[in-house]
Amino acid sequence: MLDELSFALASCQVTGLLGPSGCGKTTLMRTLVGVQVVTAGRVELLGLPAGDPRLRRRVGYATQDPSVYTDLTLAENLRYFGTVLGLTRPRLAETITQLVAELDLGGLEDRLIGTFSGGQLARTGLAVALLGKPDLLVLDEPTVGLDPVLRRDLWAMFHRLAAGGTALLVSSHVMDEAARCDYLLFMREGRFLASATPQALLAGTGAADLESAFLDLATRDQAVR
Amino acid sequence: MTATSAGQEPTISWTLTWATARRVLAQLRHDPRTIAMMLAVPALLMILLRYVLDNPLALDRFAPEFIGIFPFVVMFIVAAITTQRERARGTLERLMAMPLAKLDLVVGYAIAFGSVACVQVGVVLAISLTWLGVQLPGSVVPLAVVSVLDALLGMSLGLFASAFARTEFQAVQFMPAFVLPQALLCGIVVARDHMTDVLRWLSDVLPMSYAVDAMQQIAAGASWSGLVIKDIGVILGFTAAALIGGALTLRRRTA
Repeated sequence: MLDELSFALASCQVTGLLGPSGCGKTTLMRTLVGVQVVTAGRVELLGLPAGDPRLRRRVGYATQDPSVYTDLTLAENLRYFGTVLGLTRPRLAETITQLVAELDLGGLEDRLIGTFSGGQLARTGLAVALLGKPDLLVLDEPTVGLDPVLRRDLWAMFHRLAAGGTALLVSSHVMDEAARCDYLLFMREGRFLASATPQALLAGTGAADLESAFLDLATRDQAVR
Repeated sequence: MTATSAGQEPTISWTLTWATARRVLAQLRHDPRTIAMMLAVPALLMILLRYVLDNPLALDRFAPEFIGIFPFVVMFIVAAITTQRERARGTLERLMAMPLAKLDLVVGYAIAFGSVACVQVGVVLAISLTWLGVQLPGSVVPLAVVSVLDALLGMSLGLFASAFARTEFQAVQFMPAFVLPQALLCGIVVARDHMTDVLRWLSDVLPMSYAVDAMQQIAAGASWSGLVIKDIGVILGFTAAALIGGALTLRRRTA
């Protein structure tokens, strides 16, 4: 259940969707991408209703599970999903080479996904989401369980993509990732506690870090209800 | 979402259908043991049938029916499991969020499994007609055509049935639940004319009855007779209906 959520995702920005597990982050993301049954309410993005066929090329989505074919190689997965997204031969190969390098998957092209480690799997899921060069990239907990170096590199990549004009919505339940976002949506029990820049949240709550700011907002929210 | 505000659903595209067929075949290629079983199991069952009957006349009579049924059963189960896996592993959801038409997926599967069925039937026929010495009254062509169509029918029914399975365990259970009743009612165990009315009606609406009937006609020397053509029409109709039903049960949105 999601309650009256309204927010703006700016292009050239990494928006963080933060909140504890089970607070509705995934449901919200699935709704935006158009794979969630919406029983009531209206969802629009990029000026079109969520799930509109015209959006399917413009929105990239990576789920928590990698959702790739484990019985195919990395290259076969990327070629298939790339073709489905409308990429044709020369550009497809170019895009794959570039993504493989950028996500540090070099040398794994001909290995079966079933033999990948957790981190390699997560990056494969991400590579598929990036294939179509989407205008909006929805990433559900993309950095869970990754080693710190890789996490830092991925966040650098998110900001590079944002600088290139992509809007990113990245969810996480780890508060130390909040500081890496340009804009934050704090979520709890299906509602937004706050939506602001990290600086504004810190200034507004007077908290020393974003974790305390979240706790502060959650406590206040509980008192009001 | 109203129909006017929504963009057009993508229509079937040859490029995406072909890409899907190639992807399914690539998955099979990485699993040589499955390929070996798909090709060998129907042939081994025919060899078994030859020694169980141990009578050339009986074999000539019954072999075509079984050549029609074994690929049907194998394809049913392979298609049901493959599609169920596609749902369970999230790849279906990913594809449904992409510009892929549902028919691209379903027809892609049909092309991939259809080409496997051709090889499968080729192996069964080669072994049956040479080594096992099955004698056909007419040409082998109608037998081969109907066998491939039966395999495709099994595939499309498996694809459709998988929509009702939430787990791989359930998908496997559909084999006995969907296929065995058809095997009992299709005229192999008891001729359909000798069944009570209710069973006969039931038999009339089950696709395997037509697969077996066509084979019985062919075994009796009918080749391309009107009855065989009619059976082929019904088999194609069931196949198309199951494929369209399979496409309709793919949901873009899930709870």
